[in-house]
Amino acid sequence: MRNAFADEITRLGASDPRVVLLSGDIGNKLFDKFKQQAQNRFYNCGVAEANMMSVAAGMALSGLRPVVYTITPFTTTRCFEQIRVDVCYHGAPVVIVGTGAGLSYAELGPTHHSLEDLALLRSLPGMTVFAPCDEVELRLGLRAALRQDHPVYMRIGKKGEPVIHDRQPDFQLGKAITIREGEHVCLISTGNMMPVVLDAGNILNKKGVSARVESFHTVKPLDTDRLKEVFGRYPLVAVVEEHGRLGGLGGTIAEWLASQDGLSGRMLSFGTDDIFMHEVGSQEYARRKFGLTAENIAEKVSARLERVSAA
Amino acid sequence: MDAKIGRLEQTARIIRARIIENSHRTQTPHLASCLSCVDILVAAYFEVLRIDPSKPTGKNRDRFILSKGHGAAALFQVLALRGYYPESMLDHYGEDGSVFAEHPPAPAYLPGIEAATGSLGHGFPLGLGMALAGRIQNQTYRVIALVSDGECNEGSTWEAAMLAAAQKTENLGVIVDFNKWQATGRSEEIMGPVSLAGKWRAFGWNTCEIDGHDMGELVRRLQQVPDGSGKPVAIVAHTVKGKGVSFMEDDNNWHYRIPSAEEVKAAKRELGVPA
Repeated sequence: MRNAFADEITRLGASDPRVVLLSGDIGNKLFDKFKQQAQNRFYNCGVAEANMMSVAAGMALSGLRPVVYTITPFTTTRCFEQIRVDVCYHGAPVVIVGTGAGLSYAELGPTHHSLEDLALLRSLPGMTVFAPCDEVELRLGLRAALRQDHPVYMRIGKKGEPVIHDRQPDFQLGKAITIREGEHVCLISTGNMMPVVLDAGNILNKKGVSARVESFHTVKPLDTDRLKEVFGRYPLVAVVEEHGRLGGLGGTIAEWLASQDGLSGRMLSFGTDDIFMHEVGSQEYARRKFGLTAENIAEKVSARLERVSAA
Repeated sequence: MDAKIGRLEQTARIIRARIIENSHRTQTPHLASCLSCVDILVAAYFEVLRIDPSKPTGKNRDRFILSKGHGAAALFQVLALRGYYPESMLDHYGEDGSVFAEHPPAPAYLPGIEAATGSLGHGFPLGLGMALAGRIQNQTYRVIALVSDGECNEGSTWEAAMLAAAQKTENLGVIVDFNKWQATGRSEEIMGPVSLAGKWRAFGWNTCEIDGHDMGELVRRLQQVPDGSGKPVAIVAHTVKGKGVSFMEDDNNWHYRIPSAEEVKAAKRELGVPA
């Protein structure tokens, strides 16, 4: 996703002179092409993310479309107040990009994990929160983000993630995309968990449970039309995210569901536990630790579905 | 020139009287912090800045950012007198539903405001972004940010100082309202006695120190942004907290204290402003 981001922002920067790229001393060589084509619109702001975020807000208030890029914790929790006050309260159209979604940098330790960003960023008035499942959604979302007149947070993976969409889907920020139809249960995924969720769907299918799969690339604004439809239709909806179970996509859907009349839907939420994971390990190891595997998701969904159906 | 400076000084006295009256009437604090920066605001808004209050969002306007947002009560009076909005609007200062909080609102809610400040260490970095944006878009506007000495405690102030110097942001000026106090004590006792001007110089800024209540000097220095050095400009303005009223000067109790009706009268007498 990282390389797709660099490629797409280079294209967008070529056609739109308002696009400015700010990086927090990261992405060595990644943005060489952008720099070549628009040297005066690339700023390495150093290891000083609070200032970088305010500078981006000041640029946005002066007619530019700044895009801020660094590793997720440093572009979110490190400078949260700058995002809250300078970006959101001013309604400054800044695109904030965090690379290394969820456990992408599991091996770098908890300082580099991002398991709170969706919860924090969606709490800010005026903020759009976007987590693409692959580079196709990333490119479409970045283009859409630069057309918005308000801030957008984009949480992207690292590199080498599989491509999910084999053709251009109809895309709109705030509108979920149906990846696969299904009869018995609905699996909702955001961001880079999609390959795991599709595998979980395959396992369920083999057990005779036909699973619909939805890509909720936008966590805020929430696609409540789609939610009404799936909670109205399926006895169980499972939400999967590489994020803490507190306050992320599962949290926002649960908040919404609790206030709905006439929906008796049941949901299951898959995400990380309320702990810092201090052990070293690969992203796959970390996902296993938190039960974010196709096998575990399929097993839990299938067991819960039996209980719900028996009730 | 002398007559012009005399008029600016008279304007500053009127603004001081209005700030003191407002503090009493609305029971709002930060009086001494406001009084220490009145001369800076008057020099900027009534002489130096290239602005048109009838076009508060004009593309090439100079930008002035009150980074020390707790000086809002001073800025509100200056903007009204300068013609950004009717002075009668200030009758509603602090009332339920008013836009006049103790800190400036976002620009969308009050003409003349460039940034919602109040959390320290934000306005100056925002101003750096505005200054860089001007350069990218071939505009000639300048950005002046007024920071407090207490605000120089904030790390983000120095992050911005480094990037501004690295980028040779010469259309950016910072003026420090150096009144030697922060909210609860002497600035040098809280965060150390190292020279403030020396810090700005060490961070690569073309730095000068002036009397922050000398109107002629304020005008002259603020007009020298950019100053041709290729560096951003730091003006360390030595000021007195509570300036203009003998019983408030350099007494930090007036950071939060509210004046009584009698104190308002006495202050106006000293300022030579009719009751």
